[in-house]
Amino acid sequence: MPDATGLELIAQRVREKVGDEAVTGTLYYRRHATLDVAPSSVRDVIAYLRDGEDEPWERLMSVHGVDYLPEEPRLGVHYELLSMERADRLNVRTRVGTDEPRVPSVVDLHPTADFQEREVFDMFGVVFDGHPDMRRILMPEDYEGYPQRRDFPMGGEPVIYTFNEPKLPRWYD
Amino acid sequence: MTEQPGSMTEPLSVPYRERERSVTMEPMGEEHDELLTINIGPHHPATHGVLRLLTTLEGEIVRDVKPIIGYVHTGIEKSCEDQQYWKVIPFVERMDYLSYYFNAMAFCMAVERLLDEEVPERAQWLRVIHLELNRVASHLFWIATGALDIGAITMLWWGCRDRDLALDLFEMSGGQRFHTRYFQVGGVVEDIPPGFEEMTRAFIKTMRTRIPQYLSLLDRNEIWLQRTKGTGIVPMEDLLALGVTGPLLRATGHPWDLRKATPYSGYENFDFKVPVGTVGDNYDRFRVRVEEMLESLKIIEQALDGLPEGPYITPNRKVALPPRHELATSMEALIHHFKLVTEGFRVPPGETYAAIESPRGELGCYVLADGSAKPARVHMRDPSFVNLQALPVMARDHLLADFIACVAMLDPILGGVDR
Repeated sequence: MPDATGLELIAQRVREKVGDEAVTGTLYYRRHATLDVAPSSVRDVIAYLRDGEDEPWERLMSVHGVDYLPEEPRLGVHYELLSMERADRLNVRTRVGTDEPRVPSVVDLHPTADFQEREVFDMFGVVFDGHPDMRRILMPEDYEGYPQRRDFPMGGEPVIYTFNEPKLPRWYD
Repeated sequence: MTEQPGSMTEPLSVPYRERERSVTMEPMGEEHDELLTINIGPHHPATHGVLRLLTTLEGEIVRDVKPIIGYVHTGIEKSCEDQQYWKVIPFVERMDYLSYYFNAMAFCMAVERLLDEEVPERAQWLRVIHLELNRVASHLFWIATGALDIGAITMLWWGCRDRDLALDLFEMSGGQRFHTRYFQVGGVVEDIPPGFEEMTRAFIKTMRTRIPQYLSLLDRNEIWLQRTKGTGIVPMEDLLALGVTGPLLRATGHPWDLRKATPYSGYENFDFKVPVGTVGDNYDRFRVRVEEMLESLKIIEQALDGLPEGPYITPNRKVALPPRHELATSMEALIHHFKLVTEGFRVPPGETYAAIESPRGELGCYVLADGSAKPARVHMRDPSFVNLQALPVMARDHLLADFIACVAMLDPILGGVDR
C-alpha cells in the first residue's frame, strides 16, 4: 500500500492531470489506501492511473459493490488496483445515489471488469455505461429488485414447499 | 535404429494435429458454413458443477462460448450480513467448497486488519500448515476430476484416495473433514492434537511417493499428452488483462504468487519455489499444479519442524473465547464468554480488502464494518469467478474435445463462482 503521504501525492497528480473535481477525497485506514473519485470521472482516473503515472497501477483485481445504507449517496463501487511490479494496491472508490446510479464502464481498459461489473449491476443496480453486455449474471434474468441492497429484506421470497404451494398461487406475479 | 514416424517409441514425433487430417481449423467454405449452437450443461459431468456453456460450433470447432452462471447462487454474501463476525466463517467456507481454509483465512485476515489484531506466531504457522494441506487436497481433487474429464478414470480413484488422507488430518485437528471452521478471528480454534505431527509427516512421506506415481501414470501417457499439449494456449498479456491469477497465469511463465509477492501469515519464513510453465498450454497447467503440491509439502514440513511455542489464539478476550477451564474459576472469563457467544465482538467502522493466494488464484475478501457486531458487507473476489472469463478465449477455434480439457484445466469451482 502507498502510505498516507504517497496517497496524497497520487491524489494531487490525478487532480492536475484529470481534473480538479475528479478527486473528492482520500482515506488511509488500516494500511488500505482509498482514493475517492467522482462517478463521472472514474474511467478517466483509472485510465490515467494505468497509463499516465510513472508508477502505474496496471491491473484491476476486483470490483466490489457496497451499500452504505444510512449514508448518502448510498451505493459505492470499489476498484482494487494492483501494481504487480511493486506488489502494491490502491483502492479507487466512487459513490452514487440510488435515484440514478450510473458509472462509466472500465471494461475496455480492463477486460476483467466484465463479469464483475455485471455482478455489481445484478446485486446493486448500478448501471455501467459502455459495458458491452449489461445483464444480470447471478440472479435470474427476469428477477426484480437488487438483492444485496441493505433495504432488500432477508428472506423476502416465500419458500415453496408442497404444503404451502396451493396457498401461494403465482406468488412470483 | 531408425525410428518410424508415429511409432510407439517416439509417440510425439508426428504431432497429433497433423495426423488428424480430416479436421481443419479453417472455415469450411460455402456449403459447410452452418453454425450449430449447442447447450452444454447445466448438468454435465465435465463442467465441475452447475455450469452452463452455450457453445457455437462449426463442425467440430468451437467458435464461441458463453458461460452462463448463477445456478448455485445461494446468496451467501447476503446471509453473511445477518451473522455475527465469528458466525460468518462457516458461511464463507461454503463458497469455494474445495478450499474452505482459504475462504476462512481471507475473511479472518480482513477482520483482523479492521480490528488491528495481532495473530500469535504459533497460530500463523498452524494456519500455514492447514492452508498448504488444503492446497494439496484441492489440487488432488482437481487432478482426479480433471483427469476423469479427459478419460483417465484411474486418476480419479488415486486422487480421491490420497485426498482422504488430508481430510483425515483435518478431522483430527478440527473435528470435521469439510468446512472445518478451524480458523477463528485472532488465531485458530484449538491447538493441534497429539499425534497430528506424526500423521502429517506420514502424509508428506506418502505423498512424496504418490506424486511420482501420478506422473508415471499421466506424464508418459500418449493420450494424456496429446490431449493437453498445445491446447488452450492463451498469451500471458491476455490472461493478465482478464485478471486471471494462480496456476493458470503461472503456467505462462509469470511468477506471480501472493505468498511471495506480499507475504502474509508468516510465509516469508518458509523456503519454497514458485513453479512456472513456459508455453501456457493445458500441459503446463497440469505440471505447475503438480509441482505446487510438492512445494506445499516442503512448506508443511518446514512449518512442523519450526513450529513456535506460544498461544494458538490471541489473548485478547474481547475477540477470542477464553479457555474452557477458566470458566469454572473466573467470573470475568464467564462474562467475556457470554458476551462473545450472545452478542459477538464489535468491529470499529471501516473497510478493507485482504487478498491471499488460494489454489485457484487471488482470493480477496472485502469487508465493510459499520461498528456493530455484524458485517455490513462481505464480498469475495473469487478466483474461479474471474478466471472463468478466460474460458471463451481458451476454447475459441479449437476442437470441442479440447474445450472439455480446457474446462478441466481451468478448474472452476461453481460454489465459488456463484457464491
